[in-house]
Amino acid sequence: MRVLYFAWLREKTGVGQEELSPPPEANTPRALAAWLAGRGPGHAAAFANMALIRCAADQEFVDLDATLGDAAEVAFFPPVTGG
Amino acid sequence: MTRRIAVQEEDFDAGAELAALAGDGAGGVASFIGVVRGEAGGRKLAALRLEHYPGMTEAALARLADEALARWELTGVTLIHRVGRLLPGQNIVFVAAASAHRAEALAATAYLIDRLKTDAPFWKAEEFADGAARWVAARAEDEAAAAAWRKDLPPGPDGL
Repeated sequence: MRVLYFAWLREKTGVGQEELSPPPEANTPRALAAWLAGRGPGHAAAFANMALIRCAADQEFVDLDATLGDAAEVAFFPPVTGG
Repeated sequence: MTRRIAVQEEDFDAGAELAALAGDGAGGVASFIGVVRGEAGGRKLAALRLEHYPGMTEAALARLADEALARWELTGVTLIHRVGRLLPGQNIVFVAAASAHRAEALAATAYLIDRLKTDAPFWKAEEFADGAARWVAARAEDEAAAAAWRKDLPPGPDGL
């Protein structure tokens, strides 16, 4: 699975994207984030407050409790602020 | 019919974009241009940095354009969003809709900019003149404006 980070999540984790093999139980964005938070202090800081985090699976916005299924690309980011 | 989507670092030529839409047989063209402010929260801004999610961004903008084309009788839609480091006074975003009728063009333009703010993966960071920087937080008013357009009946805040 390719995991992408944008905006301050990229800054806190220190990485824009990484190829990972999460365990089967990390099957929702929230569960995946909890697993990712264990990768190090930067990741832990990025996922410290899930209320500030949004997610896309295979480039579609998804709820943090949605089932990820066989998504190949999951992105975490703050609420969008374009326009 | 024009259906133009672009995400780019370079500036856009609003006059040329409007002319292209007008040349499509429209009776009128409505547009909105977002520009970098000179200050934020009373502090002088040095620049705005715009980041996006390549691939998903273009798809999200195309979806909004298609939704506008399905909802109103339009002869064309153009959505251009800049990314990278932008200075105060420089253009950020261009939204325009062309139609035989002004009400449709104006409503579609408002719809596109309202929805773009909540449905397309862009993030802004403010760089202040004193060297500090911060990521811009999403605004509840923007979410409310976009949500108002999602109701099926009436289709929009003004019944359009």
